[in-house]
Amino acid sequence: MTSPTPAILPERGLADRLTALFWRHPRLLLAVLLTPPLLWLGVVYLGSLFALLLQSFYSIDEFSGVVKEEFTLKTYAELFRAQNLDIIIRTLVMSAAVTIGCALIAFPIAYYAARFARGKWKAVFYLGVMLPLWSSYLVKVYAWKLILAKEGIITWAAEGVGLSMILNAILAIPGIGGNSLSTSPLGTFIVFVYVWLPYMILPMQAALERVPTSMLEASADLGASRAQTFRTVILPLAMPGVIAGSIFTFSLTMGDYIIPQIVGTSARFIGLAVYQLQGTAGNIPLAAAFAVVPIVIMLIYLTIAKRKGAFDAL
Amino acid sequence: MHSDRASLGLKIAAVGGLLFLHLPILLIFLYAFTTEDKSYQFPPPGLTTQWFGVAWNREDIWPPLYLSLWVATIATFLAMILGTLVSAAMARTAFFGREQISLLIILPIALPGVITGMSLRSAFSIMDIPFSTWTIILGHATFCIVIVYNNAVARFRRLSGGILEASADLGANSFQTFRYVLLPNLGTALLAGGMLAFALSFDEVIVTTFTAGQQSTLPIWMLQELVRPRQRPVTNVVAIVVFLATFVPILIAYYLTRGGSETAGAGK
Repeated sequence: MTSPTPAILPERGLADRLTALFWRHPRLLLAVLLTPPLLWLGVVYLGSLFALLLQSFYSIDEFSGVVKEEFTLKTYAELFRAQNLDIIIRTLVMSAAVTIGCALIAFPIAYYAARFARGKWKAVFYLGVMLPLWSSYLVKVYAWKLILAKEGIITWAAEGVGLSMILNAILAIPGIGGNSLSTSPLGTFIVFVYVWLPYMILPMQAALERVPTSMLEASADLGASRAQTFRTVILPLAMPGVIAGSIFTFSLTMGDYIIPQIVGTSARFIGLAVYQLQGTAGNIPLAAAFAVVPIVIMLIYLTIAKRKGAFDAL
Repeated sequence: MHSDRASLGLKIAAVGGLLFLHLPILLIFLYAFTTEDKSYQFPPPGLTTQWFGVAWNREDIWPPLYLSLWVATIATFLAMILGTLVSAAMARTAFFGREQISLLIILPIALPGVITGMSLRSAFSIMDIPFSTWTIILGHATFCIVIVYNNAVARFRRLSGGILEASADLGANSFQTFRYVLLPNLGTALLAGGMLAFALSFDEVIVTTFTAGQQSTLPIWMLQELVRPRQRPVTNVVAIVVFLATFVPILIAYYLTRGGSETAGAGK
Protein backbone atom coordinates (compact mmCIF):
# COMPACT_ATOMS: atom_id res chain seq x y z
CA MET A 1 0.00 0.00 0.00
CA THR A 2 1.43 3.39 -0.95
CA SER A 3 1.30 6.23 1.52
CA PRO A 4 -1.50 8.79 0.81
CA THR A 5 -0.51 12.07 -0.87
CA PRO A 6 -0.16 14.82 1.71
CA ALA A 7 -2.91 17.46 1.72
CA ILE A 8 -0.37 20.23 1.25
CA LEU A 9 1.56 19.84 -1.96
CA PRO A 10 5.33 20.08 -1.68
CA GLU A 11 6.91 23.25 -2.99
CA ARG A 12 8.22 22.80 -6.48
CA GLY A 13 10.58 25.73 -6.75
CA LEU A 14 11.12 29.45 -6.41
CA ALA A 15 7.76 30.37 -7.98
CA ASP A 16 5.91 28.33 -5.36
CA ARG A 17 7.93 29.79 -2.53
CA LEU A 18 7.13 33.31 -3.74
CA THR A 19 3.45 32.43 -4.03
CA ALA A 20 3.42 31.25 -0.42
CA LEU A 21 5.20 34.40 0.66
CA PHE A 22 2.65 36.61 -1.12
CA TRP A 23 -0.17 34.58 0.40
CA ARG A 24 1.16 35.12 3.89
CA HIS A 25 1.99 38.79 3.32
CA PRO A 26 -0.53 40.36 0.89
CA ARG A 27 1.02 43.79 1.52
CA LEU A 28 4.27 42.54 0.04
CA LEU A 29 2.55 41.66 -3.23
CA LEU A 30 0.91 45.09 -3.23
CA ALA A 31 4.29 46.74 -2.74
CA VAL A 32 5.84 44.70 -5.56
CA LEU A 33 3.01 45.66 -7.91
CA LEU A 34 2.97 49.33 -6.99
CA THR A 35 6.67 50.11 -6.80
CA PRO A 36 7.53 50.37 -10.52
CA PRO A 37 4.55 52.55 -11.57
CA LEU A 38 4.82 54.74 -8.48
CA LEU A 39 8.54 55.18 -8.96
CA TRP A 40 7.89 56.22 -12.56
CA LEU A 41 5.03 58.61 -11.82
CA GLY A 42 6.61 59.87 -8.61
CA VAL A 43 10.05 60.53 -10.02
CA VAL A 44 9.28 61.49 -13.61
CA TYR A 45 5.98 63.28 -13.17
CA LEU A 46 5.86 64.68 -9.64
CA GLY A 47 9.60 65.37 -9.83
CA SER A 48 8.99 67.39 -12.97
CA LEU A 49 6.08 69.30 -11.45
CA PHE A 50 8.34 70.12 -8.54
CA ALA A 51 11.06 71.26 -10.94
CA LEU A 52 8.49 73.52 -12.59
CA LEU A 53 7.57 75.06 -9.25
CA LEU A 54 11.23 75.48 -8.36
CA GLN A 55 12.03 77.19 -11.67
CA SER A 56 9.14 79.61 -11.22
CA PHE A 57 10.79 80.95 -8.06
CA TYR A 58 14.06 81.59 -9.88
CA SER A 59 14.62 84.70 -11.91
CA ILE A 60 16.55 85.67 -15.00
CA ASP A 61 19.37 88.19 -15.09
CA GLU A 62 18.16 90.88 -17.45
CA PHE A 63 21.59 91.67 -18.87
CA SER A 64 23.23 88.27 -19.28
CA GLY A 65 20.01 86.24 -19.73
CA VAL A 66 21.35 83.63 -17.30
CA VAL A 67 18.98 81.98 -14.83
CA LYS A 68 19.80 83.03 -11.26
CA GLU A 69 19.19 80.08 -8.97
CA GLU A 70 18.04 81.89 -5.86
CA PHE A 71 14.53 82.19 -4.49
CA THR A 72 12.61 85.31 -5.40
CA LEU A 73 9.03 86.35 -6.09
CA LYS A 74 10.25 88.72 -8.81
CA THR A 75 9.18 86.40 -11.62
CA TYR A 76 5.66 86.10 -10.22
CA ALA A 77 5.48 89.88 -9.92
CA GLU A 78 6.21 90.07 -13.66
CA LEU A 79 2.94 88.24 -14.33
CA PHE A 80 1.11 91.35 -13.16
CA ARG A 81 2.65 93.58 -15.81
CA ALA A 82 -0.04 94.97 -18.10
CA GLN A 83 0.96 92.88 -21.13
CA ASN A 84 1.16 89.62 -19.16
CA LEU A 85 -2.08 90.31 -17.30
CA ASP A 86 -3.67 90.86 -20.73
CA ILE A 87 -2.60 87.38 -21.80
CA ILE A 88 -4.09 85.80 -18.67
CA ILE A 89 -7.40 87.64 -18.98
CA ARG A 90 -7.68 86.91 -22.71
CA THR A 91 -7.11 83.21 -21.99
CA LEU A 92 -9.72 83.12 -19.22
CA VAL A 93 -12.34 84.89 -21.35
CA MET A 94 -11.71 82.49 -24.25
CA SER A 95 -11.86 79.45 -21.93
CA ALA A 96 -15.17 80.60 -20.46
CA ALA A 97 -16.65 81.33 -23.90
CA VAL A 98 -15.52 77.96 -25.28
CA THR A 99 -16.99 76.16 -22.26
CA ILE A 100 -20.38 77.82 -22.74
CA GLY A 101 -20.28 77.18 -26.51
CA CYS A 102 -19.46 73.50 -25.94
CA ALA A 103 -22.22 73.10 -23.34
CA LEU A 104 -24.85 74.55 -25.71
CA ILE A 105 -23.90 72.36 -28.67
CA ALA A 106 -23.24 69.26 -26.56
CA PHE A 107 -26.54 69.23 -24.68
CA PRO A 108 -28.87 68.13 -27.49
CA ILE A 109 -26.43 65.41 -28.58
CA ALA A 110 -25.97 64.08 -25.04
CA TYR A 111 -29.69 64.34 -24.28
CA TYR A 112 -30.74 62.51 -27.41
CA ALA A 113 -28.09 59.81 -26.99
CA ALA A 114 -29.01 59.25 -23.33
CA ARG A 115 -32.81 59.37 -23.53
CA PHE A 116 -33.93 58.41 -27.00
CA ALA A 117 -31.22 56.56 -28.92
CA ARG A 118 -31.76 52.79 -28.88
CA GLY A 119 -30.00 49.78 -30.36
CA LYS A 120 -28.10 50.64 -33.50
CA TRP A 121 -28.47 54.39 -32.98
CA LYS A 122 -26.94 54.09 -29.54
CA ALA A 123 -23.80 52.62 -31.13
CA VAL A 124 -23.83 55.28 -33.85
CA PHE A 125 -23.92 58.03 -31.23
CA TYR A 126 -21.25 56.34 -29.12
CA LEU A 127 -18.83 55.88 -32.01
CA GLY A 128 -19.86 59.24 -33.43
CA VAL A 129 -18.57 60.99 -30.33
CA MET A 130 -15.64 58.68 -29.57
CA LEU A 131 -13.99 58.73 -32.98
CA PRO A 132 -13.63 62.53 -33.15
CA LEU A 133 -12.46 62.47 -29.52
CA TRP A 134 -9.58 60.15 -30.33
CA SER A 135 -8.73 61.05 -33.89
CA SER A 136 -5.67 63.12 -34.54
CA TYR A 137 -5.77 66.52 -32.87
CA LEU A 138 -3.50 68.16 -35.45
CA VAL A 139 -5.52 66.81 -38.36
CA LYS A 140 -8.69 68.26 -36.85
CA VAL A 141 -7.08 71.67 -36.41
CA TYR A 142 -5.70 71.45 -39.94
CA ALA A 143 -9.13 70.62 -41.36
CA TRP A 144 -10.44 73.85 -39.83
CA LYS A 145 -7.58 75.82 -41.32
CA LEU A 146 -8.86 74.62 -44.71
CA ILE A 147 -12.47 75.41 -43.87
CA LEU A 148 -11.95 78.88 -42.44
CA ALA A 149 -9.38 80.08 -45.01
CA LYS A 150 -10.32 83.19 -46.97
CA GLU A 151 -10.67 81.17 -50.18
CA GLY A 152 -12.12 78.17 -48.30
CA ILE A 153 -15.45 76.40 -48.15
CA ILE A 154 -17.26 78.85 -45.82
CA THR A 155 -16.60 81.86 -48.02
CA TRP A 156 -17.61 79.78 -51.04
CA ALA A 157 -20.82 78.59 -49.40
CA ALA A 158 -21.69 82.10 -48.20
CA GLU A 159 -21.28 83.42 -51.73
CA GLY A 160 -23.30 80.54 -53.12
CA VAL A 161 -26.36 81.30 -51.00
CA GLY A 162 -25.86 85.07 -51.04
CA LEU A 163 -24.87 85.48 -47.40
CA SER A 164 -21.49 87.12 -48.03
CA MET A 165 -22.90 90.34 -46.63
CA ILE A 166 -23.58 88.70 -43.25
CA LEU A 167 -20.18 86.98 -43.17
CA ASN A 168 -18.44 90.28 -43.89
CA ALA A 169 -20.56 92.07 -41.29
CA ILE A 170 -19.55 89.51 -38.66
CA LEU A 171 -15.90 89.81 -39.65
CA ALA A 172 -16.15 93.59 -39.34
CA ILE A 173 -17.12 93.41 -35.65
CA PRO A 174 -14.12 94.69 -33.69
CA GLY A 175 -12.82 92.30 -31.04
CA ILE A 176 -14.04 89.09 -32.62
CA GLY A 177 -13.70 89.71 -36.37
CA GLY A 178 -10.66 90.01 -38.60
CA ASN A 179 -9.38 89.83 -42.15
CA SER A 180 -10.84 86.33 -42.64
CA LEU A 181 -12.29 83.69 -40.33
CA SER A 182 -8.92 81.93 -40.12
CA THR A 183 -7.25 85.07 -38.79
CA SER A 184 -9.95 86.18 -36.35
CA PRO A 185 -10.65 85.45 -32.66
CA LEU A 186 -14.03 84.07 -33.81
CA GLY A 187 -12.16 81.44 -35.83
CA THR A 188 -10.03 80.49 -32.81
CA PHE A 189 -13.24 80.14 -30.79
CA ILE A 190 -14.89 77.88 -33.39
CA VAL A 191 -11.89 75.55 -33.57
CA PHE A 192 -11.61 75.33 -29.78
CA VAL A 193 -15.31 74.46 -29.49
CA TYR A 194 -14.97 71.81 -32.20
CA VAL A 195 -11.89 70.15 -30.75
CA TRP A 196 -13.09 69.95 -27.12
CA LEU A 197 -16.78 69.22 -27.82
CA PRO A 198 -16.57 65.42 -27.22
CA TYR A 199 -15.07 66.06 -23.76
CA MET A 200 -18.29 67.88 -22.87
CA ILE A 201 -20.68 65.37 -24.45
CA LEU A 202 -19.43 62.23 -22.66
CA PRO A 203 -19.81 63.31 -18.98
CA MET A 204 -23.10 65.07 -19.83
CA GLN A 205 -24.45 61.90 -21.39
CA ALA A 206 -23.30 59.86 -18.38
CA ALA A 207 -25.15 62.21 -16.02
CA LEU A 208 -28.31 62.21 -18.16
CA GLU A 209 -28.32 58.42 -18.41
CA ARG A 210 -28.52 58.24 -14.64
CA VAL A 211 -31.74 60.27 -14.48
CA PRO A 212 -34.37 57.61 -13.64
CA THR A 213 -37.39 57.47 -15.95
CA SER A 214 -39.63 57.05 -12.90
CA MET A 215 -38.72 60.58 -11.82
CA LEU A 216 -39.85 61.99 -15.16
CA GLU A 217 -43.09 60.04 -14.85
CA ALA A 218 -43.59 61.30 -11.31
CA SER A 219 -43.02 64.84 -12.53
CA ALA A 220 -45.63 64.35 -15.28
CA ASP A 221 -48.08 62.76 -12.81
CA LEU A 222 -47.77 65.79 -10.59
CA GLY A 223 -48.89 67.90 -13.50
CA ALA A 224 -45.66 69.36 -14.81
CA SER A 225 -45.48 70.21 -18.49
CA ARG A 226 -42.55 68.90 -20.57
CA ALA A 227 -40.83 72.26 -20.28
CA GLN A 228 -41.29 72.30 -16.50
CA THR A 229 -39.97 68.76 -16.12
CA PHE A 230 -36.98 69.70 -18.23
CA ARG A 231 -36.23 72.82 -16.23
CA THR A 232 -36.86 71.54 -12.71
CA VAL A 233 -35.91 67.85 -12.93
CA ILE A 234 -33.63 67.06 -15.88
CA LEU A 235 -31.48 70.17 -15.90
CA PRO A 236 -30.53 70.15 -12.19
CA LEU A 237 -29.71 66.43 -12.39
CA ALA A 238 -27.58 67.01 -15.50
CA MET A 239 -25.63 69.82 -13.84
CA PRO A 240 -22.86 67.63 -12.33
CA GLY A 241 -22.18 66.28 -15.83
CA VAL A 242 -22.00 69.79 -17.26
CA ILE A 243 -19.55 70.81 -14.56
CA ALA A 244 -17.44 67.70 -15.12
CA GLY A 245 -17.34 68.47 -18.84
CA SER A 246 -16.51 72.10 -18.21
CA ILE A 247 -13.44 71.02 -16.23
CA PHE A 248 -12.06 69.47 -19.43
CA THR A 249 -13.06 72.23 -21.83
CA PHE A 250 -11.82 74.98 -19.52
CA SER A 251 -8.54 73.32 -18.65
CA LEU A 252 -7.78 72.20 -22.21
CA THR A 253 -8.50 75.63 -23.69
CA MET A 254 -6.38 77.31 -21.06
CA GLY A 255 -3.35 75.14 -21.81
CA ASP A 256 -3.56 74.93 -25.59
CA TYR A 257 -1.03 76.77 -27.71
CA ILE A 258 -1.34 75.09 -31.11
CA ILE A 259 -4.79 76.36 -32.09
CA PRO A 260 -4.21 80.11 -31.46
CA GLN A 261 -0.95 79.77 -33.39
CA ILE A 262 -2.57 78.27 -36.48
CA VAL A 263 -6.02 79.86 -36.51
CA GLY A 264 -6.43 83.35 -35.15
CA THR A 265 -4.69 86.65 -34.64
CA SER A 266 -1.17 86.77 -33.29
CA ALA A 267 -2.56 87.73 -29.84
CA ARG A 268 -0.99 85.45 -27.26
CA PHE A 269 -2.61 82.99 -24.86
CA ILE A 270 -1.03 81.44 -21.74
CA GLY A 271 0.03 78.28 -23.56
CA LEU A 272 1.65 80.22 -26.39
CA ALA A 273 3.40 82.52 -23.90
CA VAL A 274 4.85 79.50 -22.07
CA TYR A 275 6.03 77.97 -25.32
CA GLN A 276 7.67 81.12 -26.65
CA LEU A 277 9.26 82.07 -23.33
CA GLN A 278 10.95 78.69 -22.88
CA GLY A 279 11.98 78.47 -26.53
CA THR A 280 13.10 81.53 -28.42
CA ALA A 281 13.16 83.90 -25.42
CA GLY A 282 14.97 81.41 -23.18
CA ASN A 283 13.23 82.78 -20.07
CA ILE A 284 12.43 79.48 -18.36
CA PRO A 285 11.54 81.02 -14.94
CA LEU A 286 8.83 83.26 -16.44
CA ALA A 287 7.57 80.38 -18.60
CA ALA A 288 7.32 78.24 -15.46
CA ALA A 289 5.49 81.00 -13.57
CA PHE A 290 3.03 81.28 -16.48
CA ALA A 291 2.47 77.52 -16.39
CA VAL A 292 1.65 77.70 -12.68
CA VAL A 293 -1.29 80.05 -13.44
CA PRO A 294 -3.51 77.34 -15.05
CA ILE A 295 -2.63 74.95 -12.22
CA VAL A 296 -3.80 77.43 -9.59
CA ILE A 297 -6.96 78.29 -11.54
CA MET A 298 -7.77 74.61 -12.06
CA LEU A 299 -7.26 73.88 -8.37
CA ILE A 300 -9.78 76.59 -7.47
CA TYR A 301 -12.14 75.34 -10.17
CA LEU A 302 -11.83 71.71 -8.99
CA THR A 303 -12.54 72.68 -5.38
CA ILE A 304 -15.76 74.41 -6.43
CA ALA A 305 -16.69 71.52 -8.73
CA LYS A 306 -16.13 69.00 -5.97
CA ARG A 307 -18.54 70.86 -3.70
CA LYS A 308 -21.16 70.68 -6.46
CA GLY A 309 -20.70 66.90 -6.73
CA ALA A 310 -19.23 66.89 -10.23
CA PHE A 311 -16.85 64.00 -9.62
CA ASP A 312 -19.63 61.46 -9.27
CA ALA A 313 -20.21 61.92 -13.00
CA LEU A 314 -16.63 61.23 -14.11
CA MET B 1 -46.71 58.35 -19.33
CA HIS B 2 -43.89 60.71 -20.13
CA SER B 3 -43.52 61.15 -23.85
CA ASP B 4 -40.86 58.86 -25.26
CA ARG B 5 -40.44 60.52 -28.60
CA ALA B 6 -37.83 63.15 -29.29
CA SER B 7 -39.08 66.42 -30.72
CA LEU B 8 -38.03 67.29 -34.26
CA GLY B 9 -35.91 70.20 -33.00
CA LEU B 10 -33.96 67.92 -30.70
CA LYS B 11 -33.38 65.38 -33.48
CA ILE B 12 -32.08 68.06 -35.82
CA ALA B 13 -29.80 69.53 -33.14
CA ALA B 14 -28.43 66.09 -32.20
CA VAL B 15 -27.80 64.87 -35.74
CA GLY B 16 -26.51 68.30 -36.74
CA GLY B 17 -24.06 68.15 -33.84
CA LEU B 18 -22.79 64.75 -34.98
CA LEU B 19 -22.34 66.03 -38.53
CA PHE B 20 -20.46 69.04 -37.16
CA LEU B 21 -18.07 66.58 -35.51
CA HIS B 22 -17.44 64.56 -38.66
CA LEU B 23 -17.71 66.63 -41.84
CA PRO B 24 -14.53 68.70 -41.28
CA ILE B 25 -12.36 65.57 -41.24
CA LEU B 26 -13.78 64.36 -44.56
CA LEU B 27 -12.61 67.58 -46.17
CA ILE B 28 -8.97 66.58 -45.60
CA PHE B 29 -9.49 63.62 -47.93
CA LEU B 30 -10.86 65.86 -50.69
CA TYR B 31 -8.00 68.34 -50.37
CA ALA B 32 -5.36 65.61 -50.78
CA PHE B 33 -6.46 65.32 -54.43
CA THR B 34 -6.60 68.99 -55.35
CA THR B 35 -4.51 70.36 -58.21
CA GLU B 36 -4.18 73.74 -56.48
CA ASP B 37 -1.01 73.85 -54.37
CA LYS B 38 -0.73 77.53 -53.43
CA SER B 39 -3.95 78.12 -51.49
CA TYR B 40 -6.86 76.32 -49.83
CA GLN B 41 -9.23 77.14 -52.68
CA PHE B 42 -12.68 75.55 -52.54
CA PRO B 43 -13.99 73.88 -54.61
CA PRO B 44 -10.70 72.42 -55.89
CA PRO B 45 -10.08 73.46 -59.50
CA GLY B 46 -9.17 69.89 -60.46
CA LEU B 47 -8.40 66.48 -59.01
CA THR B 48 -5.15 64.51 -59.22
CA THR B 49 -3.44 61.63 -57.43
CA GLN B 50 0.10 62.93 -58.03
CA TRP B 51 0.58 64.19 -54.45
CA PHE B 52 0.69 60.68 -53.04
CA GLY B 53 3.71 59.98 -55.26
CA VAL B 54 5.32 63.33 -54.40
CA ALA B 55 4.85 62.66 -50.67
CA TRP B 56 6.30 59.17 -51.05
CA ASN B 57 9.47 60.60 -52.59
CA ARG B 58 9.91 63.43 -50.10
CA GLU B 59 12.88 62.36 -48.01
CA ASP B 60 12.14 64.69 -45.09
CA ILE B 61 8.93 62.79 -44.24
CA TRP B 62 10.40 59.34 -43.60
CA PRO B 63 12.68 60.04 -40.57
CA PRO B 64 9.87 61.76 -38.59
CA LEU B 65 7.53 58.87 -39.48
CA TYR B 66 10.05 56.28 -38.23
CA LEU B 67 10.71 58.31 -35.07
CA SER B 68 6.97 58.58 -34.34
CA LEU B 69 6.46 54.84 -34.82
CA TRP B 70 9.47 54.02 -32.64
CA VAL B 71 8.45 56.41 -29.85
CA ALA B 72 4.82 55.21 -29.89
CA THR B 73 5.90 51.56 -29.78
CA ILE B 74 8.28 51.94 -26.82
CA ALA B 75 5.96 54.31 -24.92
CA THR B 76 3.02 51.90 -25.39
CA PHE B 77 5.15 48.97 -24.23
CA LEU B 78 6.24 50.80 -21.06
CA ALA B 79 2.73 52.08 -20.39
CA MET B 80 1.26 48.59 -20.75
CA ILE B 81 3.62 47.15 -18.13
CA LEU B 82 3.22 50.02 -15.66
CA GLY B 83 -0.52 50.38 -16.28
CA THR B 84 -1.20 46.67 -15.76
CA LEU B 85 0.82 46.58 -12.54
CA VAL B 86 -0.94 49.55 -11.03
CA SER B 87 -4.40 48.37 -12.12
CA ALA B 88 -3.76 44.95 -10.55
CA ALA B 89 -2.85 46.66 -7.28
CA MET B 90 -5.77 49.08 -7.37
CA ALA B 91 -8.49 46.66 -8.46
CA ARG B 92 -8.72 44.38 -5.45
CA THR B 93 -7.31 45.91 -2.35
CA ALA B 94 -8.21 48.91 -0.28
CA PHE B 95 -5.15 50.50 1.26
CA PHE B 96 -3.98 53.76 2.68
CA GLY B 97 -3.29 56.33 -0.03
CA ARG B 98 -5.37 54.60 -2.72
CA GLU B 99 -7.26 57.80 -3.60
CA GLN B 100 -4.03 59.78 -3.86
CA ILE B 101 -2.53 57.19 -6.20
CA SER B 102 -5.55 57.25 -8.49
CA LEU B 103 -5.26 61.05 -8.61
CA LEU B 104 -1.56 60.75 -9.43
CA ILE B 105 -2.33 58.43 -12.34
CA ILE B 106 -4.90 60.71 -13.99
CA LEU B 107 -2.99 63.94 -13.34
CA PRO B 108 -0.80 63.73 -16.49
CA ILE B 109 -3.88 63.94 -18.74
CA ALA B 110 -6.06 65.99 -16.38
CA LEU B 111 -3.65 68.92 -16.42
CA PRO B 112 -3.16 70.69 -19.78
CA GLY B 113 -0.36 69.22 -21.91
CA VAL B 114 1.54 72.47 -21.78
CA ILE B 115 2.04 71.98 -18.01
CA THR B 116 3.26 68.40 -18.38
CA GLY B 117 5.55 69.53 -21.19
CA MET B 118 6.87 72.58 -19.37
CA SER B 119 7.42 70.52 -16.18
CA LEU B 120 9.53 67.96 -18.02
CA ARG B 121 11.39 70.75 -19.78
CA SER B 122 12.17 72.40 -16.39
CA ALA B 123 13.37 69.09 -14.98
CA PHE B 124 15.64 68.41 -17.98
CA SER B 125 16.98 71.94 -17.70
CA ILE B 126 17.71 71.68 -13.94
CA MET B 127 19.33 68.26 -14.27
CA ASP B 128 21.19 69.10 -17.51
CA ILE B 129 19.66 66.17 -19.39
CA PRO B 130 20.17 66.61 -23.16
CA PHE B 131 17.18 66.05 -25.46
CA SER B 132 17.03 62.61 -27.06
CA THR B 133 14.54 60.04 -28.26
CA TRP B 134 14.33 58.88 -24.66
CA THR B 135 13.22 62.28 -23.37
CA ILE B 136 10.28 62.07 -25.82
CA ILE B 137 9.47 58.52 -24.73
CA LEU B 138 9.63 59.54 -21.06
CA GLY B 139 6.86 62.10 -21.57
CA HIS B 140 4.71 59.88 -23.77
CA ALA B 141 4.84 56.84 -21.46
CA THR B 142 3.79 59.05 -18.54
CA PHE B 143 0.48 60.12 -20.06
CA CYS B 144 -0.15 56.72 -21.71
CA ILE B 145 -0.16 54.86 -18.36
CA VAL B 146 -3.62 56.16 -17.51
CA ILE B 147 -5.08 54.92 -20.82
CA VAL B 148 -3.94 51.34 -20.18
CA TYR B 149 -4.91 51.65 -16.52
CA ASN B 150 -8.49 52.75 -17.32
CA ASN B 151 -9.07 49.77 -19.60
CA ALA B 152 -7.39 47.18 -17.39
CA VAL B 153 -8.97 48.30 -14.11
CA ALA B 154 -12.48 48.14 -15.61
CA ARG B 155 -11.87 44.55 -16.69
CA PHE B 156 -10.38 43.62 -13.30
CA ARG B 157 -13.53 44.89 -11.61
CA ARG B 158 -15.71 42.69 -13.78
CA LEU B 159 -13.54 39.63 -13.17
CA SER B 160 -14.83 37.46 -10.35
CA GLY B 161 -12.27 36.95 -7.59
CA GLY B 162 -13.46 33.35 -7.37
CA ILE B 163 -11.55 32.18 -10.43
CA LEU B 164 -8.23 33.26 -8.93
CA GLU B 165 -9.02 31.32 -5.75
CA ALA B 166 -10.14 28.32 -7.78
CA SER B 167 -6.84 28.42 -9.64
CA ALA B 168 -4.93 28.49 -6.34
CA ASP B 169 -7.03 25.63 -4.95
CA LEU B 170 -6.15 23.54 -7.98
CA GLY B 171 -2.49 23.95 -7.16
CA ALA B 172 -1.38 26.79 -9.45
CA ASN B 173 1.12 29.26 -8.06
CA SER B 174 0.72 33.02 -8.60
CA PHE B 175 2.72 33.01 -11.82
CA GLN B 176 0.74 30.14 -13.32
CA THR B 177 -2.51 31.86 -12.31
CA PHE B 178 -1.29 35.01 -14.03
CA ARG B 179 -0.23 33.16 -17.16
CA TYR B 180 -3.19 30.79 -17.56
CA VAL B 181 -6.12 32.55 -15.86
CA LEU B 182 -5.56 36.28 -15.54
CA LEU B 183 -3.84 37.04 -18.84
CA PRO B 184 -6.44 35.34 -21.10
CA ASN B 185 -9.17 37.28 -19.28
CA LEU B 186 -7.37 40.60 -19.41
CA GLY B 187 -6.01 40.12 -22.94
CA THR B 188 -8.51 42.11 -25.00
CA ALA B 189 -8.71 44.94 -22.46
CA LEU B 190 -4.93 45.26 -22.42
CA LEU B 191 -4.77 45.14 -26.21
CA ALA B 192 -7.45 47.83 -26.45
CA GLY B 193 -5.59 49.98 -23.94
CA GLY B 194 -2.38 49.48 -25.89
CA MET B 195 -4.06 50.46 -29.15
CA LEU B 196 -5.43 53.66 -27.64
CA ALA B 197 -2.08 54.47 -26.03
CA PHE B 198 -0.37 53.97 -29.38
CA ALA B 199 -2.85 56.26 -31.12
CA LEU B 200 -2.43 58.91 -28.44
CA SER B 201 1.35 58.78 -28.54
CA PHE B 202 1.60 58.72 -32.35
CA ASP B 203 -0.46 61.90 -32.57
CA GLU B 204 0.86 63.81 -29.53
CA VAL B 205 2.33 67.21 -30.30
CA ILE B 206 2.02 69.50 -27.27
CA VAL B 207 4.18 67.63 -24.77
CA THR B 208 6.50 66.52 -27.56
CA THR B 209 7.46 70.06 -28.59
CA PHE B 210 8.85 70.57 -25.08
CA THR B 211 10.78 67.29 -24.89
CA ALA B 212 12.04 66.81 -28.46
CA GLY B 213 14.62 69.58 -28.84
CA GLN B 214 15.71 69.56 -32.49
CA GLN B 215 14.19 66.17 -33.34
CA SER B 216 10.94 66.01 -35.20
CA THR B 217 8.18 63.44 -34.94
CA LEU B 218 5.52 63.29 -37.63
CA PRO B 219 3.10 65.62 -35.76
CA ILE B 220 5.92 68.13 -35.23
CA TRP B 221 6.77 67.94 -38.93
CA MET B 222 3.11 68.63 -39.67
CA LEU B 223 2.97 71.51 -37.24
CA GLN B 224 5.98 73.12 -38.94
CA GLU B 225 4.25 72.75 -42.31
CA LEU B 226 1.10 74.35 -40.88
CA VAL B 227 2.98 77.36 -39.57
CA ARG B 228 5.16 77.75 -42.68
CA PRO B 229 3.52 75.87 -45.56
CA ARG B 230 5.75 74.62 -48.40
CA GLN B 231 3.76 72.11 -50.47
CA ARG B 232 0.25 72.16 -49.08
CA PRO B 233 -1.11 69.04 -50.82
CA VAL B 234 1.81 66.98 -49.44
CA THR B 235 0.78 68.06 -45.95
CA ASN B 236 -2.73 66.87 -46.79
CA VAL B 237 -1.40 63.45 -47.73
CA VAL B 238 0.57 63.24 -44.46
CA ALA B 239 -2.56 64.36 -42.58
CA ILE B 240 -4.44 61.39 -44.05
CA VAL B 241 -1.64 59.04 -42.98
CA VAL B 242 -1.68 60.45 -39.42
CA PHE B 243 -5.47 60.26 -39.34
CA LEU B 244 -5.51 56.61 -40.40
CA ALA B 245 -2.67 55.70 -38.03
CA THR B 246 -4.84 56.88 -35.13
CA PHE B 247 -8.26 55.94 -36.53
CA VAL B 248 -7.57 52.25 -37.18
CA PRO B 249 -6.26 51.43 -33.64
CA ILE B 250 -9.28 53.22 -32.12
CA LEU B 251 -11.73 51.16 -34.17
CA ILE B 252 -9.89 47.95 -33.23
CA ALA B 253 -9.99 48.95 -29.55
CA TYR B 254 -13.73 49.57 -29.84
CA TYR B 255 -14.43 46.17 -31.36
CA LEU B 256 -12.18 44.40 -28.84
CA THR B 257 -14.16 45.68 -25.87
CA ARG B 258 -17.61 46.04 -27.42
CA GLY B 259 -20.51 44.59 -25.48
CA GLY B 260 -18.74 44.76 -22.15
CA SER B 261 -19.62 47.24 -19.49
CA GLU B 262 -16.37 49.03 -20.14
CA THR B 263 -16.20 49.90 -23.83
CA ALA B 264 -12.79 51.37 -24.50
CA GLY B 265 -12.17 55.02 -25.07
CA ALA B 266 -14.90 56.66 -23.03
CA GLY B 267 -12.29 58.55 -21.08
CA LYS B 268 -9.34 60.13 -22.82
